[in-house]
This record gives sequence, C-alpha cells and structure tokens, in this order.
Amino acid sequence: MNVFKLKRIAITAIVATVSLGMFAGAAQAEWSPKKPVEFIIMAGTGGGADQIARLLQGLIEKKDLSPRPFIPINKPGGSGGEALRYLKDKAGDDHVVLVTLNSFYTTPIIQKGLGVDPKTFTPIGRMALDTFLLWVHDDMKDITSLDSYVKAVKSKGKSWKVGGTGSGQEDSILTAMMEKEFGYEVTYIPFPGGGTVAKNLIGKHIDSTVNNPAEQNEFYRAGKSKPLVQFTGERMAAYPDVPTAKELGVDIEYYMQRSINGPPGMSKEAQEWYINLFKTLYESEEWQKFCVEDGLDCTEWVAGDDLAEFHSTAIKAHEELIESVGAAAITGE
Amino acid sequence: MGEILGLLGAGLLQALEPLNFSMIVLGVILGLLVGALPGLGSVNGVAILLPITFLVPPTAAIMFLAAIYYGAMYGGAISSITLGIPGASTAVATVFDGRPLAVSGKADKALTAAAVASFIGGTISVILFTLFAPPLAEFALKFGPAEEFSLMVLAFATFIGLGGDDIPKTIFSILIGLVLAAIGLDIISGQPRMIFGDISGFMHGINFLVLAIGIYGIGEMLWTLEQTKGQVTAHNVKLSLKEIIKDIKDVKEYIGTTTLGSVLGYFVGTLPAAGATPASLMSYGLAKTFSKEPETFGTGNVSGVAAPEAANNAASTGSMLPMITLGIPGSPTTAILLGGMIIWGLRPGPLLFTEHPDFVWGLIGSLYVANLVTLVINLLFIPLFVKILTLPFTILAPTIYILCVVGGYAPTQTMHDVWLMFLFGVVGYLLRKLDYPVAPAVLAIVLGPLAERSMRQSLISSQGDPLIFFERPISLTCILIAVALILVPVYQKYKRRKNANKSEPEAES
Amino acid sequence: MTVKTAELVMAIVLALCSIGLMIKSAELNITWIEGRGPGSGAWPFWLSAGMLLCCLLTLYRWIRRITPESRNTDLYMTRETVVIVGTSAGAILFLLAATHLIGLYFSLMLFLLFYIKYVGRHSWALTMALTIGIPVFIFCLFEWALKIPLPKSITEPLFYPIYDLMYS
Repeated sequence: MNVFKLKRIAITAIVATVSLGMFAGAAQAEWSPKKPVEFIIMAGTGGGADQIARLLQGLIEKKDLSPRPFIPINKPGGSGGEALRYLKDKAGDDHVVLVTLNSFYTTPIIQKGLGVDPKTFTPIGRMALDTFLLWVHDDMKDITSLDSYVKAVKSKGKSWKVGGTGSGQEDSILTAMMEKEFGYEVTYIPFPGGGTVAKNLIGKHIDSTVNNPAEQNEFYRAGKSKPLVQFTGERMAAYPDVPTAKELGVDIEYYMQRSINGPPGMSKEAQEWYINLFKTLYESEEWQKFCVEDGLDCTEWVAGDDLAEFHSTAIKAHEELIESVGAAAITGE
Repeated sequence: MGEILGLLGAGLLQALEPLNFSMIVLGVILGLLVGALPGLGSVNGVAILLPITFLVPPTAAIMFLAAIYYGAMYGGAISSITLGIPGASTAVATVFDGRPLAVSGKADKALTAAAVASFIGGTISVILFTLFAPPLAEFALKFGPAEEFSLMVLAFATFIGLGGDDIPKTIFSILIGLVLAAIGLDIISGQPRMIFGDISGFMHGINFLVLAIGIYGIGEMLWTLEQTKGQVTAHNVKLSLKEIIKDIKDVKEYIGTTTLGSVLGYFVGTLPAAGATPASLMSYGLAKTFSKEPETFGTGNVSGVAAPEAANNAASTGSMLPMITLGIPGSPTTAILLGGMIIWGLRPGPLLFTEHPDFVWGLIGSLYVANLVTLVINLLFIPLFVKILTLPFTILAPTIYILCVVGGYAPTQTMHDVWLMFLFGVVGYLLRKLDYPVAPAVLAIVLGPLAERSMRQSLISSQGDPLIFFERPISLTCILIAVALILVPVYQKYKRRKNANKSEPEAES
Repeated sequence: MTVKTAELVMAIVLALCSIGLMIKSAELNITWIEGRGPGSGAWPFWLSAGMLLCCLLTLYRWIRRITPESRNTDLYMTRETVVIVGTSAGAILFLLAATHLIGLYFSLMLFLLFYIKYVGRHSWALTMALTIGIPVFIFCLFEWALKIPLPKSITEPLFYPIYDLMYS
C-alpha cells in the first residue's frame, strides 16, 4: 500500500507541475475546450442528426478547428428525452453540446414528466432547416396532385396506410395536421428511421409518407416514387415542379431545425467560442454542398439570442399544434 | 455474365492497388482488435474511424470501413472463444460451443474453425452478392412488417432446442429476456415504458451487451471460480504450425453446416432490419437440429462454432446489399457506413450501381480481398490468442472483470449500464446454480424489440386482423417452417425419452 | 441454505418480480385496441404474466419434488464458495462505487492492487507493473485510439495536461 501511495503522490506532483506550466501559458488566451467535447445526438446512429454530427466532427478534425476532439455520443432513448435529461444534469458544463431535431420541442411537451425546459438551454447556432414533402409510389397513376390524393384517401378511409418515423416525431405531427385540415382519418404506422419508411413505401407496405428529401430523393430519381406537395414557404430549387401547400390554399408549412445547443448555464466565453466554431463550419464549402445535396435549407445563419428567440417561437407553435390535433392523435392511444 | 466478370475483374484490380490494399490490411487488423474487445464491436470501430476517411478517396475509405466491419466479425469470435464473453451480439452463438472447447484445451481448434468458417461464409456470400445483387434487392423490398415478424418466429423456433431440460425455467428465461427488451421507449406509441424509479438510464432501454457481458463475463467468471474453488489451473497449450494445418484439415467435419449457414446468413443479412445476429442464431439452431448428435452441442462441438461464424460473416456482406441498392442499412454498422457514403457525396440508392460502378465494384472486389487477408492474419494470430488462456487465473480474472466494466460502459457511456451489468452478472450466476438456462434470455433480448415492433406494425396495418401473418405467402412459408422446426426437436426428445426412460438428469453443484 | 430451500426462495422471489413487472407495465394500455392491435403495455404485461405462470409451475414442481433441485439437500453456497465468489463480487462492487468518487482509472489501480497482490499473491514487481500498466493501456486504447472518454469524476483536472500532450 505504501509503495502505491508514494507512487501516486509522485504522479500527482508531476502532473501538478506540468499543469501549472501549461496554465501560465494559456491564461491570457480566450476560452477553448480543455478536454474532449461530448457531442450528444438525440437520435440513433445512421439517422439525419447522426450524419450531421459525424460530418461536423470530421470537418472539425480536418480543418483543425478545435484543440480537443468532438466525440459523438448517441442518446436516442425516449425520443430524445434521455439526451435532454442528460444535458439538464450537465448544467454549467462547457464541454457538452447537443445536436437537435424537432423532438427538442415536442418531447418535453408530450412527455410531461420529463421536467426539462428546452428554453433554459444555451443556444449556439442553427445549422440548417430540413424540409418535408408528401410522397406516394410512382405506380399510383391516378394520384397526380394533392386533390386526387385527398380523394383517394377519403375513399379508402382507415385502410389508407401512412408510414412515419414514430409517434410524436415531426412527420406524425404533419400527418395529424393533414388529417385535421382535410377531415379524413388514416392509419399511421411508425418505423424506426426515415430510410425504413422509404423502403416500405417502395415495397408498397404503406400507401404514402411524409419524408425528408434526403430519404426519398434516390427513389424519386429512379422513378419509383413521386412527390405531390411540399410543406415549405417557397418551392425548393430541387423540386421546381412540385407545388407548395400554401399555393394550393392549404395553410401547412413545417420545417425541422437542426441546431447546436449547450446545456443550461454554459459560460458566456464558451458559448461564444462554440458560436464562432459552428459559424466557420456553417460557412464552409463542404457544409453548404452537403445542404444542397441533402435538400436542407441553409440560407440563414441564426445564432445565440436570435436562436433562443427562434426556439421560443417554435416551442409555442408546437404547443398549439399538439393541443389542436390532440396528443391522442399523435400517440394513437 | 461476361459483363459482371469484367466489372468484377476491374474491381479486384482496384482493391489490389497499393493504397487500397494497405487500407484493407489496416482495416482488418483494426477491426480484429476492436471486435475482440467485449463491448466494442464493428459499430464502434466504424463510427470512430469514420472521420479518418475524409483524408482518402471514397473508394479507399469504403474499403477501409468494410474491412473493419469484416475484421470485427472475426474478432467477435476471438473474445467469445478465449474469454467466453461475446464481443458483439453477432458472436453470442459462438460462445455456446466455443467456450467449452477452449476450457477443455481445444481453443486452437475452435479459433481455426471460426476463422475457416468465416472465410467460407464470407466467400460464398460475396459470390452470391456478385451474381444476384439486383434480384435480391427486389426480394428484400417484399419484406414488410408481417414478413419480418414471421422471420422472428422462425428465429425463435430454430433455437427452441437450446434450453435445458427444465421447460418452465427455459420459458421463464425467454420471457424475461423479452420483457427486459421492452424497457425503454415504445416506438409505436412514442411513450416511455417501464422507466423504473424515473431513472433516465432506463430510457435507452437495456442494451443487449449489458445483459450478455453481465451473464457471460461476470456470471461465468463467478461460476468458474466456484467450480474450481479458485484453483484454476492454467491451460497447457502447445501450438505449432503443424497443429494449425491439422486443424484446418478438420474442415470436412463442419463443411456442411458451414455452407448451409453461409447461404442462410447471406439471405437473412440482405433483409433490412434483420442483420447478422438472427442469422447466426438461426444457423446455430439449424446446425443443432440437423446434427446427428445434437446432444453434443453446447458442450464443445466444432460445428457449433463454425455454423454461427459462417452465418454472421455472410450476413455482414449481405447487409451491405440493402445499404447499397436501397440506401437502407441492414445493421447498425451499415447505418454508419451509409452515413459515411452520404458525407463523401455518394448517394446510395437504386441508381448507385449504374452511376458509380467503379465505387460499387471496387467495394465488391475489396470484399474478396479482405476475406483472404482476414483469414491469413487470423491464422497467424491464433497462437497469440491461445496464449491468453495460459495466463494465471489471478491475472486473467481481474483483466476480464475490467474488460467487462469498460465494455459495459463504452456503448452508451453511462455508469447506469455498468451497474445493471453487474446486477445481471450476479443474478445470472445465482440462477445458473439452480439450473435456470441463461442463454435463452440473452437471445430473447436481441430479437425481442424487432419481434414486438413488427408484430404491432403488422396489426396496425391490417387494422387488428391477425390473419395478416397467414395471408401473405412469404410470411406463411416462414411460419410453416417454424412450426416444423419446433416439432422436430420435440419429436426427437420424445423418442429419446422413450428409449432411455430410466436415465435421470443429474443435479448440478 | 440448501439447494432445496434456495429453489423455493428463488421461485417465490421471481414470482414477486413478475408481479412487479406486471404492475409496472399496467401503467400503460394493456388491452387490445380495436383496429390497432395490442396497446403499448400489453407485450410486457402478458409476457410478465407468462413469467409468473412459469414460476408457479416451478413451485408446483418443487412441491411435487419433480425437479432435481427440489430433492437436493446440499448446501446452496458452501462457506468456501461464499468467500471465493464474495471476494470477486465485492471487489467489482468496490470498483464501481469508487469510480463514482475518484474516477475509473484510480479505482482500477486499487482494484488491481487488491486482486493481484492480495488474492493472487504475486510479486510486488509484477503487481506494480500491471497496476500501472493496465490502466495506462486502457487509457491509450479508449481515450486516445478509440476516443471514448471513461469516467474520471473529481480526478478529471489531473488529465488536462495529458490531453495537452495528446492533442498538441
């Protein structure tokens, strides 16, 4: 035991000396991470948020933007509830950031007992807005527009199957919004991840879906599926011939934000450092190229207090949305 | 056909280019190491090394990552056999016979069988991949939720014979595995489920590895300690090149089950959502069902190592098919590979084959090469792995405990899971002393989530009509085979009981 | 405690656990929803019910003395077993608890020191080599090669200079 203790004291002494030396040198520089940064993803491996996090991590490494690496950690539990709770418990920690999707808003509303208020989190930057389109299989020749779609759904009623990525997720909210708007009821089947939904549409196990462009684009190019309507403000460059819902007189516009946020009570200096870092990444050629290819909207950089404002507007909108369609319409029970 | 051979030839040449070839060798070695560590599997290896691939061209990058994936599949068998801990869910079935073989001093035989069977499995599946990729992609599309569920029923049926003689205890073990798998989020309703004491660690559910490492790592270690009263003698293994060559020649003992496992593994692997784990379990179950001496399975039958290893390597190749042709990952690892391809600016999907043929064929070519490289490296390393077993127990035991702890921590990076793992280890040990079989619980926790989800998806889409499982031809076929598979061992048992009515199962401990 | 008693106690404990799981899963909908199939709690609820049934069967078989365990009057855990297994389990328990306090790396050192020196009675040279070597190896492997940070708790600041060396 004695030898061990001695050894440990010796190590501590060496470590202390070295760290003092380092500290003196770094004192006047601005804040930068002192240990690897946990890059929490509130979704599973392979999904959109995961891809974004891993791309950003790779870019940070390639461009040597951070003195310490970013380490992606997936915490998909409870529709992101676990990730949110984890960040809340890490309050004041400057070495954790979170990549979000819209479950950042919806999960705390739907899971009342979670006890997390996303407004308390430290906003860093919004990297992109993801868009949604309504897709059907290309073989459905008599469905060519939103009108013919609504007619077809109404004639089939509950036996019309809509696939999605899970109750409480963005597309289930959009589906519920459409049900309310057009006065029909469909059967909503949850799948794990947008890729699986896309496959089930092509395999005709479901009749229609609300997918992101990234998930359907290849099948669209191969002539296997077709978009009917986009839920954006204006027509996207990639889909110039697809009308927006607004043009057709249907007031549905919906986006999914992909933003970076810190835990509550992150220090001002750290927040500033992360904002700068992600701004550099946002403006990088690689990121902008990724946005174009993935059908993401990356035209406006929103950071810090502006992002906080964006979040609080979005949270309010989601509260109203969920209240108007009813939580039961989303969970299905 | 000629066209395919031409493309394949070009792909092979591409894989043999100096940069690509060295990436493959490096990938295989890294994969082997990552796979051999309990808790870390190909998912971790591929995810961690993904950023490195931004530095090389996409073709070299995908070859590197595919080689890691491949190497890790072999690596999983190493920890299953030498340490008795499945490194990944794909290697669970390898423990059943690999561990008993190692304990009885035949680790080299088991390791060689694993390497050779993996090679055969890999090669058969790459050939199938080369010849039948497009039609199989079409077939994979036919698999909806109802088919997935009946496939799960089939998977359960294949290992019905794995339990002990005590039927209530075996069923209990399966059921508790299924219930543990239900903890976490219910994806159908989006509600958190069975979150005990509002502890957020339960939200991500109970990872299969937590249970497997607990039971096979800690539980097995405690069991060994008790059996040997702490006086574990180191295994005396002498190993020469001659021995290994002799071991390789034993391949005729298990070539049949290996071929069957390879083909089965490939087909199951190509189905999105299924992946290598059910494939290896089904292959093990089938090998046992059709064996002439099923009672030797679980006590150290070489076929019991070869069958699952052939299947999991075949399935890992198979699971690249839906990734490449449909853009849908067949396993968590391919999910990350897919992300990588998107980051490199390649869009997997029905058009990839025609728009980027050199990428696709380069990847296929690299699979052939990686397969051979892995076999060679593996056989060279076998003497080293066998050495692990000669360590004194008082050094091996704490090392295994430490590997269990860090392996339980690494996948989710929470201490919550490490505590659960410890709890499962101790409870598993106590249950094992009373002849509760533990393997069925581990298998059930792997297949449980998929079984429940696909069943409920099917019922929602049929609006609550359970006939959906019998109306669809593929689904009905799977269920009929499952019924047959359940009846075969029951009949065999009945026959054996009739023959040897007097012999009674012995009490343990 | 004999194996016979242990079999009885275990069956009762597991039956109680099954009931607990049933109650827990009954917090959600456990019924068949018309046109939708089973509710979200139905799967775990009915499986737990099955567990309970299996436990009751084991109890029945115990009473009828059908299982070999129910006839076995050997000790469930001999004194020797308790000591051997208890030492290992206790050491791991300590390792986990200490990780929360002083982080994994220093706990590992204490754990190894105990196991190799006290249980294994190996020489000091070997003990020290492994006590230092294994944690250093784990650090290099996980933190450096695999980029998976392991828990460090209050000893975290001690690692900052190492990070400086690693990433500079």
